[in-house]
Amino acid sequence: MHELSLAGSVLQIVESAAARDVFKRVRSLHLSVPALAGVEIAAFRFALQSLASHTVLDGADIIIDEPATRARCDDCDTDIHVVHFEDACELCGGYRWQCSNDRAIRVVDLLVE
Amino acid sequence: MCVVCGCGQERGETSLKSNTPDGTSPRIDKQTGDMHFGASAARVSVPGMSEIRTLKLEKDVLSENSRLAQLNRAHFAAHGVTAYDLVSSPGSGKTSLLCKTIAQLVSRRPSLPVAVIEGDQQTSLDADRIRQTGASAIQVNTGRGCHLDALMVGKAFEQLGLHSASHEYRESPESLNTIGPPSALLLIENVGNLVCPAMWDLGEAAKVVILSVTEGADKPLKYPDMFSAATLMLINKIDLLPYVDFNVEQCIESARRVNPDIQVLSVSASSGEGINDWIDWLLQHRG
Repeated sequence: MHELSLAGSVLQIVESAAARDVFKRVRSLHLSVPALAGVEIAAFRFALQSLASHTVLDGADIIIDEPATRARCDDCDTDIHVVHFEDACELCGGYRWQCSNDRAIRVVDLLVE
Repeated sequence: MCVVCGCGQERGETSLKSNTPDGTSPRIDKQTGDMHFGASAARVSVPGMSEIRTLKLEKDVLSENSRLAQLNRAHFAAHGVTAYDLVSSPGSGKTSLLCKTIAQLVSRRPSLPVAVIEGDQQTSLDADRIRQTGASAIQVNTGRGCHLDALMVGKAFEQLGLHSASHEYRESPESLNTIGPPSALLLIENVGNLVCPAMWDLGEAAKVVILSVTEGADKPLKYPDMFSAATLMLINKIDLLPYVDFNVEQCIESARRVNPDIQVLSVSASSGEGINDWIDWLLQHRG
């Protein structure tokens, strides 16, 4: 499951931050996973919890924002919302739309001590 | 180490520094260069201060892979190599298609160097088949991993003869500015998986998704991330069309719903139909 690879990358990012900013543990891990990022949230949460034990993430609350994806429909030239890649434009029914916001999965911030 | 571009390790060196999330180095077969990634050791927490504060990071989780992919991209460009990431479900016929493609490339462009990076969980069976065609291949075994990543591809590229042989390309000033067909082809056969490889940039010029007619024309709708990430869809095993219930037009329409700009070619690795058009695409496509 790629959620495990992604969780591993999150742990790496957090541990780099721990080395740089010197903290003992994370109380709260705040992530952003946009709708079209291709991540199953429950699996991601499970993967993070599994990897957390005996690390600086052990016991941390995991907060995951799921921002809606904004897109621009080229057919009717309007801003729309989409949930899945195969969605048609909610206004004109066309499929020629482009994501207008970022689909990156991010570590937003950490509450640390 | 490569003194031209500063890349790479000594041939035959078996301990590579790895910054994979699990912290392990791959085991490398000295004879073939095949690489085996495995399971991890636990990480240890870092002791530090006890005051509570918020650290703002805004860090893209895939940023490290993206960084390595960009390094691969620059490395390929410096060596005149055009790389493609071939993705599909297991059993779509990727390896057979690669063998047929290489055989035809050898007769059309005998002087074009071609190499393959093969991704699977285990065994070097696929790389062995490719090597029988005369092309060089490196097998990358992911262990329990479900996709190749930029680190694996970067390390595998350093092991290939394509890498050192194409240093001559860099030497001639006119070749650096030439816009022409690739001087070398690197075909990356990803782990058979229509989900995870979509997210991992390897530094390729384009992703090519291979769908066989025995799989179902609605695949693009069921696996939209992959078909959205691909530049070309290759419909394979078209020799079997008379025997299966596969509607090619419906398949293309499904793919265009999730990716309006996707290009489509139909091929048969066993009969050879469409292979020349596919080779034309490989030789003419720009990333």
